[in-house]
Amino acid sequence: MSETAVSAGARPARTYRDHAHPLWRRILVNREAAVIALLLIVIGVSLASVPNFDSPLTVTFLLRELAPILLIALPMTLIIITEEIDLSVASVVGLTSVVTGILTQAGWPFPVAALVAILVGAVAGTFNGFLVTVVGLPSLAVTIGTLALFRGIAVGLLGTTAITDFPEFWTDLARENIPGTPIPGVMIVFAVLAIAFAVLLHLTPFGRSLYAIGLNKEAAAFSGVAVGRAKFILFVLSGAVSGLAGVYFTLIYSNARGDNATGLELSVIAAVLLGGVSIFGGRGAIHGVIAGVLLIGTLGSALRLAGVTSDVINVITGVLLVLSVVSTSFLGWARNRRLAALGRRRNREGRAP
Amino acid sequence: MDAERFPPDAPPALELEKVVKSFGPVVALRSGTLTLRQGSIHALIGENGAGKSTLVKIIAGLYRRDAGEFRLRGEPVDFTSTAQSKAAGIAVIYQEPTLFPDLSVTENIFMGRQLTKRFGQIDRKAMREEARAIFARLGVRLDPDRLTEGLSIADQQIIEIAKAISLDARVLIMDEPTAALSGVEVDRLFAVARSLRDEGRALLFISHRFDEVFALCDTVTVMRDGSYISTTPIAETTIEELVRQMVGRDVADLFPKLEAEIGEEILTVQGLTRAGLFSDISFSVRSGEILGLAGLVGAGRSEVVRAVFGVDPYDSGTVRLEGRPLPKGDPRTAMRRGLALVPEDRRKQGLVLDSSVARNITLAIRSGLTRAGLLTTGAENRSAQVWASRLEVKTAFLDAEAGTLSGGNQQKVVLGKWLATEPKVLIVDEPTRGIDVGTKSEVHRLLSELAQRGLAIIMISSELPEVLGMADRVLVMREGRITGEFDRGAATPEAVMFAATHEPEPVR
Repeated sequence: MSETAVSAGARPARTYRDHAHPLWRRILVNREAAVIALLLIVIGVSLASVPNFDSPLTVTFLLRELAPILLIALPMTLIIITEEIDLSVASVVGLTSVVTGILTQAGWPFPVAALVAILVGAVAGTFNGFLVTVVGLPSLAVTIGTLALFRGIAVGLLGTTAITDFPEFWTDLARENIPGTPIPGVMIVFAVLAIAFAVLLHLTPFGRSLYAIGLNKEAAAFSGVAVGRAKFILFVLSGAVSGLAGVYFTLIYSNARGDNATGLELSVIAAVLLGGVSIFGGRGAIHGVIAGVLLIGTLGSALRLAGVTSDVINVITGVLLVLSVVSTSFLGWARNRRLAALGRRRNREGRAP
Repeated sequence: MDAERFPPDAPPALELEKVVKSFGPVVALRSGTLTLRQGSIHALIGENGAGKSTLVKIIAGLYRRDAGEFRLRGEPVDFTSTAQSKAAGIAVIYQEPTLFPDLSVTENIFMGRQLTKRFGQIDRKAMREEARAIFARLGVRLDPDRLTEGLSIADQQIIEIAKAISLDARVLIMDEPTAALSGVEVDRLFAVARSLRDEGRALLFISHRFDEVFALCDTVTVMRDGSYISTTPIAETTIEELVRQMVGRDVADLFPKLEAEIGEEILTVQGLTRAGLFSDISFSVRSGEILGLAGLVGAGRSEVVRAVFGVDPYDSGTVRLEGRPLPKGDPRTAMRRGLALVPEDRRKQGLVLDSSVARNITLAIRSGLTRAGLLTTGAENRSAQVWASRLEVKTAFLDAEAGTLSGGNQQKVVLGKWLATEPKVLIVDEPTRGIDVGTKSEVHRLLSELAQRGLAIIMISSELPEVLGMADRVLVMREGRITGEFDRGAATPEAVMFAATHEPEPVR
């Protein structure tokens, strides 16, 4: 046996290569790359064959419609990576939309109303986070409950009426494009948040702890990761970003209603999963999720323009989701087989690996 | 053994030949061979990680073998579930039985196959009578009507055995049944085992205790590193011979204890209590000292160190590190102040198996690797490079998933993760469980060297030779209390075992 050198300044006993695969393979052979490739193919095929797909209006309307999903998908990605889920996001959009409307109607300056709405979203997220991390309830159950609760409050506050009178300055601003492009201005807000979330997830110790929590909560806790605190922060973030999406939703449609964005949570979660985030936690990346949202949105938009009915579009989107889940399982199975084969080979060589 | 009633030319009750089992890249069983005969008590010995449990789980139908022969009374079998194994007449009695505490003794014995009357009603009377008859046959006194809750582990094992008898199991496997038993209880268990042997059943007895093996068994099979080593009649071998076969080298080599200068008291624990788990635990450890924590499985040792580190709560008591109190339930502060815990369950608590070697090594120090608040893979890899090479982790790539490494290398990753935090006190809980002999000795050498360099080390181990070989001082725990403290010179196997299994002396 070789001498174990753990003394200070010992010669390195051996060196390791950082990666098993070359850079191009790591960049190109993963789920995120596959989703991005699929997105590019869908865009390419649509440009070539769907009339009007290349018109600036198509781009503007598509991104406008996708903006709330894109925004909420950011914190949702982090939450699902920690093996939790937040189903209440669409209800928070509804609630904060109503809050924005009521406060504006009551004569509050719009920016203040919007800020309060975002704050209400954060409080809603705090409530979720409290129940999940302090009381210790499963997030699936908690947020199914608050999905109904927040929606109930939203509808209760405003009844079946809608508030449609908002300052023109703000509604125009929300609908404004980046000058000289067909891209809505809200994409700047999204880009800033996306970069912030991507840095948080991929380049900070906090982000590392999220992956560790999702893969093995217990080992994370044994390594000094504050598991509860991390999840709590994510639920608050999710509420606040949903609040922001609620304000945007209100402005873009000039409409504050209790039932705004009903069912949006499923679009968000579907896109996040399609984008390569594992529902079992621990895997996923922001760029994949963005591609996932854009893929579902672009495909739907192109098919609509091509005259395909919405029920068929739903079927296609559903099949795509199922396939993405199946492909994950298949890849996992193939990987296990490969590892088992490796183990058998080592066994034949008759030595400990 | 009665050779006339059970002729040796009859097919063996159970036969395994060159059985192989691997989990992913980790080979748990390289070549398992075992022959059990009727009317015989067969011992299976080997160090932790020798593959005994894997072998038992294959017999029990919990795992399916990858290759090799498995025959029952000469017939090839291939179990895909525990139900099939049970139906074939195999019963496994585990160290800690899993019974239904809210059901009666009788109900537990007949769980899942209750005796019924003509119209399908459960026949309580018949079941009670049969339970009584079995207990009488075993010569034990147990009320069939009492709830299982609160029964000692010994009594729970008797219930498992009664269950096996009521099923008329021909092969009984006992996986370290005596680990948590007192002397009297062991005697009773042995009497029961002998009477089962005389009824012509085949018994497999797994134990770490040589005295028990020699007292009870007639044949012994040794395993090492997942492979069959030898099978010998017990009368033709000695403890020394068996130990040599188990470890494959001289024992002296295994525990390279270095002289270390013992300095200041660093960690002091006073009156630590958590209801139901441990009470009034007080001890301290000095720099350069290796404090061994011995005791039987379930004595509360892991619970104590987890509470000290802060991942578990405690009710009362204090923990001081370098004189200053350590807050309760706060592993982050404990880490920052220089406490490190290598936990008992490497795969569940020590590692994020699906994460890379580099990420695992840097998980506990990730905040210290940032520049301007940002943490890059490059910084992680540079740090991981240092620790992986110091511990000689055998992997080609830092981004290999920790789960693909062998047990011993996984343990090195966990050790590396904690050494990277540059602790003052290192707590290791079963540091060499389930790792190969070579790596084991590397870990021992490492711990010795660390102590020499002034680290205070607390080592929990259920392997007595390891504790006695490594520790400067040994604390013994039994049922949540400290029942003995020995200096290196005074710590004999007998003294430690006695403290681990008996009430403390009234005056001490």
